[in-house]
Amino acid sequence: MKIKPLRYYLTFNYLLGSILQGNQPWLLKLMVIPLMNFLKSLKYENSNNFNSSSKGGDSSMKLYEYQAKEIFQDYNIPVPGAEVAENPAEVQSVAEKLGSSVTLKAQVLVGGRGKAGGIKFADSPGEASQLAEELFALKIKGLPVEKLLVEEKLAIEKELYLGLTIDRSEKKPVLMVSSEGGVDIEEVAETSPDKIIKSHLSPEKKLELYQLREIISELPIPHRYLSKLAYIAGQLYRLFQEKDAQIAEINPLALTADGIMAADAKLVIDEDALFRQSEFSGPEEDLPYVELEGNVGCIVNGAGLAMSTMDTLLHCGGEPANFLDIGGGASAEVMAKALNKVSHHAGVESIFINILGGITRCDEVAKGILQTLDKVEVPVVVRLRGTNEKEGVKILQEEGLEVERSMTAATEKAISVAKE
Amino acid sequence: MAIYINKDSKVLVQGITGNQGRFHTNLMLEYGTNIVAGVTPGRAGEEVQGVPVFNTVSQAVERSGADTAVIFVPAPFARDAALEALEYLEQVVVITEGIPVQDTMELAAIAREKGRRLLGPNTAGVISPGRAKVGIMPGAVFTPGEVGVISRSGTLAYEISLALTEAGFGQSSLVGIGGDRVIGTSFVDVLQDFQADPETKAIVIIGEIGGQAEEEAAEYIKEMDKPVVGYIAGRTAPAGKRMGHAGAIISGGTGTAEGKIKALEEAGAQVARIPTSIPELIEEVLA
Repeated sequence: MKIKPLRYYLTFNYLLGSILQGNQPWLLKLMVIPLMNFLKSLKYENSNNFNSSSKGGDSSMKLYEYQAKEIFQDYNIPVPGAEVAENPAEVQSVAEKLGSSVTLKAQVLVGGRGKAGGIKFADSPGEASQLAEELFALKIKGLPVEKLLVEEKLAIEKELYLGLTIDRSEKKPVLMVSSEGGVDIEEVAETSPDKIIKSHLSPEKKLELYQLREIISELPIPHRYLSKLAYIAGQLYRLFQEKDAQIAEINPLALTADGIMAADAKLVIDEDALFRQSEFSGPEEDLPYVELEGNVGCIVNGAGLAMSTMDTLLHCGGEPANFLDIGGGASAEVMAKALNKVSHHAGVESIFINILGGITRCDEVAKGILQTLDKVEVPVVVRLRGTNEKEGVKILQEEGLEVERSMTAATEKAISVAKE
Repeated sequence: MAIYINKDSKVLVQGITGNQGRFHTNLMLEYGTNIVAGVTPGRAGEEVQGVPVFNTVSQAVERSGADTAVIFVPAPFARDAALEALEYLEQVVVITEGIPVQDTMELAAIAREKGRRLLGPNTAGVISPGRAKVGIMPGAVFTPGEVGVISRSGTLAYEISLALTEAGFGQSSLVGIGGDRVIGTSFVDVLQDFQADPETKAIVIIGEIGGQAEEEAAEYIKEMDKPVVGYIAGRTAPAGKRMGHAGAIISGGTGTAEGKIKALEEAGAQVARIPTSIPELIEEVLA
C-alpha cells in the first residue's frame, strides 16, 4: 500500500507538554481533541504562505481516515466494511456491493467534519449516489472533498474513546480511554475529566494484555467487552510504536450488536521516522520558510536565532518580509537557494543574512551567497560569526562585500538600506 | 568546577569518521577537549587527528576510560549508537537531528533507569569555556566566567553567549538541552545543577515559544537563590506559523511568549525582550 497523504504540520505538539499534570480540564481537553488543534493549525498552515519541513524538527503527517483504517486492518483492529469512491457512480456501485444502508464520509484532513455536513447516511444505492453529489460539491473548512469513504452503516449501541499520544514532559506515550466517546468527547474532557482514564506507558517495556485489562476494567461498560477492548488497545499501541505515530485515535470506538468496531480512525505519523516507514511518501525537503508583510528579507541559521532576529528587527523598527531558516550545517548550495528564494518575494527591499555558525560553516555560507549574489537586485547585509568565520569573511571581502559582526548593528543596517 | 564537562572529562566521539564527526572532533581538540577515543563500527585501528578509532563503545571505554560520549551518528542509526553509549558511559550528548520521537522516548526511559545523563537529541552540546567543549558550538564566542547558560536553541545560545562575552561576562558552562519535543535533560535538571555549582553566580535561561518547559522551569526558579535572567524567542512570531522547531508554534493561547515571560517574571527572573539585552540584566543581578 502506497500512501500519499497531503501533508500538514500539527501545532498541537507543544500542548502535550503539560498534559496530565494536575487536573487541569482545559489541558485534558486539548489533549483528547487533537483534531480541534489540528484544525487551528490548518487555518494557517494550509495557506500558500506556509511551506515548511524542518529536517530535524518535529513535523508530522496526518493520514486520511481511509488510510488509517487500512492500517488498522493490518493490525486486526475491526473496521466496518467499506470502500473509497471518487464520484457518485462509484459511490452507488460500492453501496450496491455492501448491500445495506451506508454511511458516506468525506475524506478531508480537518476536524469538525460531521458538524460541517461531511457525513451522510443513505438507505439505498440510489440515495447514496444522490447524497454523494452533494458531498462532492461541499467544501469543508475551505478544503474540497475529493474522496468519500462508503461504509456499511453501523447500529451503534455505545460510543467509546480510545487514543494514544505523546506526553512531552513525561517523555512517555499516554493511553486514554473513555466510555463517553463520540463527538462530545471535548465536552466530557472539560466537564468531567475523571471520565477519561489516562495511563502513561513505558516505552522501553513490553505492554502486556493484563495491564490493559487493568486499565480498561475501570470503565463502566459490560464485562464481556473487556478482553476484546484490551486486545484492540494493545494492537493500537503496537501500531503506534511500529508505525512511528504521534497520535493514534479511535473516536468513536463503537459497541454494536455484532461486537466492537473502529467507527473513525485518526493517525498522525512522525515525519522524522519516514526513513523506516517507506509505505508513506516522504515530503520534499523544503527549508522552513515563512512569508510576512514587511520589507526586510531574512535568512538565518536555526529556529531560535530566526525568532530572535525577528524580535530584534521589530524592536529596532523594521518589518520582516519573510524568514528562511537554513537549519544546521547548510551547504553552499542550500545557502544559494535560500538567497534566491528570499529575494524573489515581492516587497523585499533588503536582505538580512544573520549567521552564527556552530555546525553551520561560515565559509560554506559565504560561497553560497556569492553563487546567487549577482542575481539579487536589493542590498544584502551579511552578518557572519562562528565556525570558520575568518574563512567566510575573507571569501566575501575579496568580492568587495562588507561583513557585519554585531547582530544589532547588522539589523539596523538592514532596516536602513531597505528605506533608501 | 563548571558543570557536566571539564578539562579532565574523557570524551568519546561516536561517528568520528563521518564528515561532521571528523570536522567537529578537530574543533573540539583545538579547543582543548580531552578526546580519548572514537567509535565507528568496522573502522577500528584508524586514527582521526591522532584519536584512536574502535569498533565498539565497550572496547573504546575499556581502553580509554572515556566517561562522556558525543554522538554524530545519522538519525537512522542514532538510537542504536545512543543505547550502546548509555550502556557504558555516564553521560551521552546526542547532536543528531531528526531522531524519531519513539526512539527518543525509549532512550530517555533507559537513561533514567540507568541513572545516566542524556543531553539532547538535536542539541549543540555543552561547553565549559576555557576547559572543554563537547558539541558543535563555535568556541570563539565563549569565555570563562560565572554565568551559567541553558538553551533549547543552539544558535541563539551562541548569540547570547557572544553578547555576554563582549560585555565582559564569562560563562561557567553553556548547556544545550536540544530543540526536539522530547529531550533527555530538561531546563529544571540543568537549573538544579547550576544552583549546586559554586562557580556559577547567575543563570541565563533561553527558551522559545511552544511547550511548557519554561513554565516548569519557572516553578523551580522560585526555589532558587541564584539570580536567573531569561529570554524567550518568538515574542513576535506570527501565530500559527512554525519557524523551524516543532515546539515553536503558537496556537490556542498556550505556549505563548507572553505566558512564558509572565511565568518567569512571577518566579523572580528578569526577562529580556531582545537577546542582546541579556548582559544588562546580568549586570543588574550581579551588582
